[in-house]
Amino acid sequence: MHELSIAMSLIDVASEEAERRQVRVAALHLKVGPLSGVVQEALVSAYELAREGTDLAEARLEIQQTPIRMNCPTCRSEQAVASIQELWCAECGAPAIELTSGRELELIALEIE
Amino acid sequence: MTATTRLVEVRTKILKQNDVTARALRERFEAAGVCVVSLVSSPGAGKTTLLQKTLQRLRERYRVAALVGDLATENDAQRLAQANVPVRQITTGTVCHLEAEMVEQALDDWRLDELDFLFLENVGNLVCPATYDLGEALRLVLFSVTEGEDKPLKYPTIFNTADVALITKMDLAAAVEFDLAAARRNIQAVRPGMEVLELSSKTGEGMKRWLDLLASRQ
Repeated sequence: MHELSIAMSLIDVASEEAERRQVRVAALHLKVGPLSGVVQEALVSAYELAREGTDLAEARLEIQQTPIRMNCPTCRSEQAVASIQELWCAECGAPAIELTSGRELELIALEIE
Repeated sequence: MTATTRLVEVRTKILKQNDVTARALRERFEAAGVCVVSLVSSPGAGKTTLLQKTLQRLRERYRVAALVGDLATENDAQRLAQANVPVRQITTGTVCHLEAEMVEQALDDWRLDELDFLFLENVGNLVCPATYDLGEALRLVLFSVTEGEDKPLKYPTIFNTADVALITKMDLAAAVEFDLAAARRNIQAVRPGMEVLELSSKTGEGMKRWLDLLASRQ
């Protein structure tokens, strides 16, 4: 369970951004990939604990789960990967060496009032 | 989103602080010419035994040291100290993984330019260490034959973030009817192209290939 320490980092990063912009935050919008090593449900619970007593106590969490995608050398284009346990091109089966998405653990936007 | 709110783009990595520290460590390691190798695995896969044997062998030709992470005890550091090389323990308390800042603090005044190899033994855990870059040049994931061939499929993320997989306790393979071909297939499914070595720290089988791989990275 490392989601609590990730939730605390998230609050630090978001508070810093909100303070810099002098805004009141209604929600944090995140991108989380299946290969980030973070379990979405655990992150939500951890966030609810971690936000208490901070400026973000009222701020919601909106998580966008990103797909795993790759640059396929055979198809010569960006393609979806079959699954997290089958890291190959969903179209042609070429091994997924170069991933273009799936590792995200990012704060992408602040929803402000 | 409601009628009264709007979005402002931020685009920041949540673990920005860890990434910044890891990058600084990597630059420091490269400048000092020390090859830093981290080890991750579940508890009991044989990280400490492998490291003990590796340190003993490498010590003949290289200047080596190790940092070991554990929740509570200092047993691992004591075991590794028997190899007669500098070892420091990082006791993480309740934290289930090493972070770049813990490594930075533990290094303190260590003269990195006097080392050829530095090993970082992570806390035994196949989940949390995946998310944290430690500035290492090579991340090794170990799993033992007693854990079963499907371990990579159960923990794809940690395998995907590692550079080399090591299948340990090969001396027990026959006893547990370990299917090596299936294990190799499963590793390639979650990390295509990953180099895989098999070894037994106990019998020494496969140690030479492992040491050759390390030597090629120095």
